[in-house]
Amino acid sequence: MLAKMPPLRIELQRIAEMVPASARVLDVGCGSGELIEYLARNKNVDARGIELSQHGVNACVAKGLSVIQGDADTDLAEYPSGAFDFVILSQTIQATRQPKSVLAQLLRIGKGVIVSFPNFGFWKVRLKLALTGRMPRTGALSHAWFETPNIHLCTIADFVALTQAVDAKIERALAVEEGGDVRELSVPGYWDNLTAEGAIFLLKRRPGMQAPA
Amino acid sequence: MSTLFQPLSALTGAPGDGAGATHTFPAGQPLQLDSGEALAPLTIAWNTYGSLNAAKSNAFLLCHALTGDQFAAGIHPVTGKPGWWASMVGPGLPIDTNRFFVICANVIGGCMGSSGPHDIDPATGKPYGLSFPVITIRDMVRAQALLLDHLGIESLFCVAGGSMGGMQVLQWAASYPERVFSALPLATAARHSAQNIAFHEVGRQAIMADPEWSDGDYAAKGTNPRKGLAVARMAAHITYLSEAALHRKFGRNLQNREALSYRFDADFQVESYLRHQGLAFVDRFDANSYLYITRAMDYFDLAADYDGVLAQAFRNTKTRFCVASFTSDWLFPTAEGKKIVHALNAAGANVSFVEFDTDKGHDAFLLDVPEMFQTLRGFIDAAAQARGLRGAKV
Repeated sequence: MLAKMPPLRIELQRIAEMVPASARVLDVGCGSGELIEYLARNKNVDARGIELSQHGVNACVAKGLSVIQGDADTDLAEYPSGAFDFVILSQTIQATRQPKSVLAQLLRIGKGVIVSFPNFGFWKVRLKLALTGRMPRTGALSHAWFETPNIHLCTIADFVALTQAVDAKIERALAVEEGGDVRELSVPGYWDNLTAEGAIFLLKRRPGMQAPA
Repeated sequence: MSTLFQPLSALTGAPGDGAGATHTFPAGQPLQLDSGEALAPLTIAWNTYGSLNAAKSNAFLLCHALTGDQFAAGIHPVTGKPGWWASMVGPGLPIDTNRFFVICANVIGGCMGSSGPHDIDPATGKPYGLSFPVITIRDMVRAQALLLDHLGIESLFCVAGGSMGGMQVLQWAASYPERVFSALPLATAARHSAQNIAFHEVGRQAIMADPEWSDGDYAAKGTNPRKGLAVARMAAHITYLSEAALHRKFGRNLQNREALSYRFDADFQVESYLRHQGLAFVDRFDANSYLYITRAMDYFDLAADYDGVLAQAFRNTKTRFCVASFTSDWLFPTAEGKKIVHALNAAGANVSFVEFDTDKGHDAFLLDVPEMFQTLRGFIDAAAQARGLRGAKV
């Protein structure tokens, strides 16, 4: 029924590895559904998606995936607390209007939260800004400043500070290097913030954390 | 009395032969109605397509809209035209009759063989007219559940329908969650809006203003409120289209003339079209049925039965939902579909939501919208796989 799937891009493979079989998963900003399709077919995951673009949603549903049209900034509030084992926000947090409240909602909805994002502290980004004086454009950040959907870019250090602000516990942190190699970070430090092109974090709610209003 | 209702007994045959079937439940087995009254004897007319598998796991119930009937696919035996969902239901189509056992029943209150106001009231020996009890969407669904019991079908693979059919789909999922594996409500709402009640009231008043309506007693008096019913249909038909579609089809084009007549003839093509729609409708529909069925839609407010919280209607549901709306539908706009989706999300339900971009208005769910066929086929196929229904032939 479903066509053969192309291989997942490496970052999505790493995220998929974090999800145990038969988990309940919500992918926020699921695009055309590659990750949830992979999880549903290979790990028997009960996978759902939210996607902003109606075109992407219809394509997902036509593939047999459970996806709704929705906006991470406004539509997460309707989900009950603890509804999912994992909520995934892949390459999307930097495009939300309210990253802090989105992250807080994700921690409320999911028992685990997986977030991946491009690292604005990557040395090539810093060097381009320093040397050219123009907003940097790299492989991971390819848009011109005036048309980019990425309105809230951050560095790994910034993101770590945000996890503290929303009282989340960092279970795992992965640095994604240019070319896709991934290495485990025990404590993300200055060097990682300079050398990683992107990062993947697995967060958990701290016990007793208050649900956001 | 319309000649329509006479040949219906001739339609009765074995289900699946295209002519439909009827069943009258014993008088001692009445249908208990929301109004508190009981309807007996209860008759249900239905049609089926395809065949039931040995596990009885491939039954697919279609719920028809206000003026639809049990003849969803193939050629309609009374009108000679394609059934209301012939583009969606049939061999190889998204609702594949090679795969699924498709059942469609005429709603109670209707005029195609199920109990309705044109029937003879056993208490008086005369047609019910307005003494037929007011029915609700939930009553319609209860009657369908009795039919499934009669057919020996415990659980449905899918319940699908648009507009009033979508209301029944939602009611099915709320009332009988364990009997509904998947649900496909299209172009619908969990409650009828004030604007939609208002449009229905215009239609009802048009019928009741026709002297031939005779206080609903036209069957006994030998009259028929054709003009009133035609006006009701004309007004309603406008709400099924969109401004853009009307403009695309007719613009300000004149009908069979070069210049304005300066009279009240049908100068414009759109007037001629509406008059045709009204006249064609009265040949196949009963005025009192129109009153009863529009009333049932007006009364529909699913959340009201659950302390005003729609999500409670779907609490702990295991049903897989796909809610669909159409961009140009102003009768059941996308916002209404989203309210259903929000409630399903709050209930933790497995739900997809799709909106189709079309200028065809509310009626788009009945029309040729290729993206709809493709998307709904994806939902239905995935649900069939989850249900363990494999292959085209079962």
